[in-house]
Amino acid sequence: MSLFVAEGLVMDFGGLRAVDGVSFRIEPGEVFTIIGPNGAGKTTIFNLVSRIYDASAGRLIFDGEDITRVPPHEVARRGIARTFQNIELFEHATVLQNLLLGRHAHKRSRFVEELLFLPRVRALELEHREAVEKVIEFLDLQPHRDSLVVNLAYGVRKVVEMARALCTRPRLLLLDEPSSGLSVEETEDMAFWIQDIRTILGVTVLMVEHDMSLVSSVSDRVLAVNYGRPIALGTAREVQEHPDVVKAYLGG
Amino acid sequence: MRFIFKTSYVQDLGIFRDGVQRNWYVALFFGMLALPLLIPSYLVDMSLVFIYGLCGLSLMVLAGYTGLVSLGHAAFLGIGAYTHVYAVHDLGLPWVVGVALACVVTAISGVLVGLPALRMTGVYLSIATLAFALIIQEVLTRWEHVTGGLKGKPVDKPIVFGVYLGGDVAFYFLCLAFLIAGTWLTGNLLRAPTGRAWVAIRDSEIAAQSMGVNLAVYKTSAFAYSAALMGAAGALFAHKIGFLAPDIFTVLLSIQFLLMVVVGGLGSLHGAFFGAVFVALLPVAISQARDLVPVWASALASPFGKSAGSSAFLAVDQFVKKPGLEPGLFGLILVLFILFEPLGIYGRWRKIQLYFSTFPLYKRATFRRQKAYMRSERLR
Repeated sequence: MSLFVAEGLVMDFGGLRAVDGVSFRIEPGEVFTIIGPNGAGKTTIFNLVSRIYDASAGRLIFDGEDITRVPPHEVARRGIARTFQNIELFEHATVLQNLLLGRHAHKRSRFVEELLFLPRVRALELEHREAVEKVIEFLDLQPHRDSLVVNLAYGVRKVVEMARALCTRPRLLLLDEPSSGLSVEETEDMAFWIQDIRTILGVTVLMVEHDMSLVSSVSDRVLAVNYGRPIALGTAREVQEHPDVVKAYLGG
Repeated sequence: MRFIFKTSYVQDLGIFRDGVQRNWYVALFFGMLALPLLIPSYLVDMSLVFIYGLCGLSLMVLAGYTGLVSLGHAAFLGIGAYTHVYAVHDLGLPWVVGVALACVVTAISGVLVGLPALRMTGVYLSIATLAFALIIQEVLTRWEHVTGGLKGKPVDKPIVFGVYLGGDVAFYFLCLAFLIAGTWLTGNLLRAPTGRAWVAIRDSEIAAQSMGVNLAVYKTSAFAYSAALMGAAGALFAHKIGFLAPDIFTVLLSIQFLLMVVVGGLGSLHGAFFGAVFVALLPVAISQARDLVPVWASALASPFGKSAGSSAFLAVDQFVKKPGLEPGLFGLILVLFILFEPLGIYGRWRKIQLYFSTFPLYKRATFRRQKAYMRSERLR
């Protein structure tokens, strides 16, 4: 059974139809990539999947359940985590605090318990910390644990954001342009990490990406969109050579 | 430079950074205990500092940590004060119940303000809270059989569990106890998931939401908690001023609270206290200085002859007695502060600390502000 299904997604912004009947299925354990020229509606699809936008039409099914009308904060609890194209970290907090917030979906302490910082809260905090430390270990973030995000380099922030998403223990990870703004070496590292996330952690990945070398090295299947409509679906090579995709990128 | 050697995760859960920091706070605590012996004549001002400290704490949670700027916090102070006085005087409830009731009623009103605030951000939210404060002021004026209207409402000295705490020293310790309790509770929340969720909302609502933070719940809880702290402060404030009237809880007071957290340094509990000391004691300091100025002026002018001395004395005396000089000076100092130390007193404090801890190697550029070119497009 598919882990995630999008059926006939439509998103209207006033008179502009940004997404027009996009459907796809993501199988468990695959890396699924959406590509397309600027303004094709890739990020809008992302915001629909993470429920920040309400779809004008269509259905979203995650793990057999309809999540089309589930509130955005509930999506994380069900196992979908995301990163952002323009990095939305909590800048005036440390890396550790950022990652601990990633554990928010697993919060079990109540307000009054926290007010008095009862032993149960302490025990739960230690549990969260251990989970976070595993992610820090996984992504080699040890040197940055206590630094403020504002003081970090862009490339490191990208990794921290991915780490924060992993802290929610997702089953589906949405990566919005993981390589944008990264150097060639950093992009290569990113490719390794995405492969590790899939093979070691067993997390399914949905990705929007422009860098074709990254796309072809990690993706199992690629969906190309243009003007909000799907134009090709298949392996990276198939999609790259598809006449409509070539036309969308080069014109003609 | 001191490096903290961490061997277990528990070390990061404490309310103090390490043993050294804890010892400093213990020393400060004993200093506060000894203060009535050292400066008996300024105790009244110190209890006001503590009450303002609670108010600062309250607004720091909302504005500094959750990023919701309120221009109506004096209203919560007023609701707290009137609820407490009404419960204790008119209903004859015990003092402690009065304070608890004040906290509950302000927390509920905090939720009521917070709910419509869910759809507003930034300046619009501030305007909404400002409107709320104006409404509350009107209610306090009109609801005469509870609030006493414009005639006001006298407040008795506090009697807690049958113990009279109306004396300057006793009241000083009462306020200190409340401030310490409030700080501890706030500190607890801030190191727990709730505090992290608040900070997350401040820095990026959309990311907080994607990580599972229910914006509605956490924004209203920030409002409710902040208001409850203000309610406790209001109960103490009522005893401090001894007479309640609606024109005490004006917008000007709200703005003073906001100045407190901005001047102290947004986003740190220290900042709330630095700001409280600043706002509560600066007027006292200005009026003290004003008494001394004419004397200095005449002393400086005396070498030029007796007539020059006395005319200088008169001129300066006339100038400093002009009404409005005090708030003017207050404003000037504030402007200078925000101009030269936008991170507030706490920011300056950190710089001084860093200077000494890295002594010969301090680099001025450490704190130079940089332009950030990221986060150009944001989803709203």
